[in-house]
Order: sequence, then C-alpha cells, then structure tokens
Amino acid sequence: MKPEAAIIGIGESKVGQVPDRSALQLQAAAAQAALADAGLRMTDIDGLLTTPVRVEHWQAPCGAVASHLGIRPAYLSTVDLAGASGAAMVHQAGMAIAAGQCSTVLCVAGQNLLSHGARAEAVKSMAESGSAHPQFEVPYGPLVPSLYALVAQRHMHEYGTTSGQMAEVAVAIRRHAGLNPNAHKRDPITVDDVLRSRMIATPLRLLDCAIVSDGAAAAIVTSASRARDFRRPPAYLLGAGYGARHGHIGEHKRLTETGAIDSGRAAFSRAGLEPSDVDVAELYDCFTITVIVELEDLGFCRKGEGGRFVEGGRIAPGGELPVTTHGGLLSAGHPGVGGGFFHVLEAVRQLRGEAGERQVPDAEVALAHGNGGVISVHCTLLLGGPDTR
Amino acid sequence: MPDPLTAPYWAAARERRLALPYCTDCGRHHFYPRSICPHCSSARIEWVAASGRGEVYSFTVVHRAPSPAFAAAVPYVVAIVALEEGPHLMTNIIGCAPDAVRIGMRVRVTFRATGGDVTLPVFEPM
Repeated sequence: MKPEAAIIGIGESKVGQVPDRSALQLQAAAAQAALADAGLRMTDIDGLLTTPVRVEHWQAPCGAVASHLGIRPAYLSTVDLAGASGAAMVHQAGMAIAAGQCSTVLCVAGQNLLSHGARAEAVKSMAESGSAHPQFEVPYGPLVPSLYALVAQRHMHEYGTTSGQMAEVAVAIRRHAGLNPNAHKRDPITVDDVLRSRMIATPLRLLDCAIVSDGAAAAIVTSASRARDFRRPPAYLLGAGYGARHGHIGEHKRLTETGAIDSGRAAFSRAGLEPSDVDVAELYDCFTITVIVELEDLGFCRKGEGGRFVEGGRIAPGGELPVTTHGGLLSAGHPGVGGGFFHVLEAVRQLRGEAGERQVPDAEVALAHGNGGVISVHCTLLLGGPDTR
Repeated sequence: MPDPLTAPYWAAARERRLALPYCTDCGRHHFYPRSICPHCSSARIEWVAASGRGEVYSFTVVHRAPSPAFAAAVPYVVAIVALEEGPHLMTNIIGCAPDAVRIGMRVRVTFRATGGDVTLPVFEPM
C-alpha cells in the first residue's frame, strides 16, 4: 500500500535528570526542536496530539499543551495507550490528515517524572494508578516490576529462558545508549553486573528494569504527498497495527503471548512487508523480558526462542538485528507515558542515516513498537526511509 | 473499595468463601467480574461458590515493596493462581517459605483479615 503519512521533523528535550523544568517546559523544548528540524514555525501547526502525564492533573491534556504552545489547532486529541501512546500518536496523526481534518500535526509527550517529587512517590503512583487492578491486584502488594516478573517466570518455565539471556538484553541496550549523547545512563555494563544487581522481584533484578527519567519527545507528521517539501528527509509510515488481549495481567490466561502478535501482523500486512525486511527494530523495553516476548510476538523468531535469539550480541550494536538503538527505557530514559515515543524518533534518525556512531548501515525499514499497561495494549509502526515511497 | 459490580465477591470473602461470576447461558466462569460474559456476551451472570482449589500459574518473590505498607512483609510471594474452574486470579501464597513456591504447585484458598472491612482471599499449599 502506498504510504499516506510521513514524519518530517523530530526533536527531544534534554533527557535524564532535568530538575529545573516542568512537564510543559520539557514538551515545549521538544516541540521547538522538532519544528526547527522540519523548518516550520508554530503557526504552521494545525493539529495537536499529546498524552496524559502522571506528575500533574491536566483537564484535557491536549488543551493544556495547545494553550501552552500557543497553537489554535483545527484538530486535537489526547491519546492514551499508556506506553504505546507514542507510536499510536503518529498513526492517529496520519488518520486525521487522511480524513482532511488538518495537514500538519505536532505529536508531543513527556514529563519530569524523576524530578517531580520523590521518586518513591512516582513508583508508588505507577503501581497503584494504572498497571495493577485497584481491587484485585493492589492489595497483594505488586510493584510494576513484579507484574512483569510474572511474565518472566512463566517464560522461563515454559521455554527455559534464563536470567543470563535477559541480562544480554540489558547489556546490548546499554551499549546502544553509550553511543547516544542524550542518553540518561551510558556507562557500559556486563552480564555479571546485571546478574549481581539487587533483586527487585524474582527473576527481575535492578538492571532488568527501566530507569526513571525526565524528558520529552516530539514529532511532526504530514501527508506523504507534501513530505519532500521540508528541510529533512521524510520517514514514511508504511503500516500500523494495534492489539489488546487483556486488561490487567491477573486475568490474562497466556502470560507469554501478547497483543503484539496482532499489532505486528496487522502492521506487516498493511505495509506488505515481513520481519526479515526490517533493518532495525525499536522495541519497547520497560523490562528485559518485554524485549524477548516482543521479538517472538512480532515474528523475528518463533515463540519460545526469544531468549536464544538475543544471545551473542545479536541485538547489540553491529548485531544481525540491532534493537532499541537509542538505548531505550532501560538506559536512554523513561519519563513514563511517552517514554515509548523516543523509540519512534530513533527509527526516524536511523532511516535518515543521522544516528551517528550507532547508525545501522543502509537502514531502509524500521519497526517501532509500543507496549502499554502490563503487556496489555500494543501499537506497531513500520516506517520507511526517503526512498520507500 | 468494593463497587456495585464487585460487592458480592467481597461480601463472600468476609464470610471466608471464594465466589466467582458464572454465566448461566454458556456455563462458564470468569474473573475479574464483568457485566457481560467475556465468553458469550450474555448478561445472565450469577455469583456461585468456587472450589477454592487451583495451581500456581506464575509467581514472583517481591523483594522491593511498592509502598511503606508492604515494607515489613518482604520478601513475599505475588502469584497468579489458575483456579479449577478456569479463571486466573492474582493473590499471595502464604504458609510456606517464598523460595519453596513452584509453578504447578497445588494450592487452596484461605483468608486474611486486613484490619479494615476487607477480608482478602490468599492461597496456601495443599
């Protein structure tokens, strides 16, 4: 299918510990960077998409962000698929443009999750506000990592996946982060470092878990037919798909299979592509086990083979399938909802050939996958470089 | 904490009974509670007594508490139990050392008073 939409500008704020910026300031910095990248002014924007934030209560976040940025949009909406929101914003911007509602959409998300109040409060509110069922899960004391630990434990039981294989995911993604100047954590780690880090919820240790960061990301989407009129080479949206197989983790009957099976199939089918066509995969990496399950569900290997797939640096820099090349949520930064948007930006950088030391040679097709809740809601994007239209 | 949809579950738990929603049209149980059967979309759902028996489908030993309220309890086991009737639920496994819990272990329901109005179904090895 001929692509209808394209990303023509990307930008991010400083990511990491940014104690002197509010959520709106971080989003404004990302938006201005994306506009400068595209060679546009704020007055050129006629559509706005954003996500909820956790650090403040904004009534209609899209209205709060539009007002702060001085946009009078012809179309606006707040997209909430939790961690899958970033990928979904890009697809939904494309739909709004195809429907004729607007022509140039700013998608922006991020917040000061690390520096706003105590970190313990952020973790507690994440455990209690979204991921765990308030009546049937929270009373049993699950922390977000323990919910994903249930997935990891079952995967180990069914397929023999090991802690060492999960550690290889953390090591590979940290190596990518070391090549990203804007990443939060860049010091190299080893498999032994991961296996010796503090136990959080068996089998997941501290270095199996995403970090908590401040930061925001923005992208500008327009129609494929206009995409060559801007400063930077476009990245075309070749296909998108969604999936959801359960609400809360306690009611999911097959913990090792997720809605990524459905979102991936739909995205590949729309794009007319297969997993073997993907040059770089920006996978949502809230925990190491998440990446292993996504590799299987998206079709890069068979179910149960994800642990063996990541061995030997296959997803690391220079590997056969580089995964999450900006350093992801495990190392580059995780400002909560919107954390997965950085994966989409990285896909664009790779397709433009602007990823510097971490550039995947001749990357023409990139996959960006977002996962929200506890492996609950999924959005997969297939993006193509300037020559794919 | 209970709401109109879930009140029968918590009322049963206060009497140390485990109750499950059951569809009288398709004859299947489900959980968490819903107003429409997830198997056949019928709205004819009744609360019925559950066996209280099942097996550990997955588990984790929590070493880092989510809030101060759980800090004294670590390490403790958060598990998903597959009930004999079919549905899964999240719970704690008590009555054995955390590192003795295994996937496939047979367990039965017991109840823990929480101090407030709520009595919490938890599970122990059979």
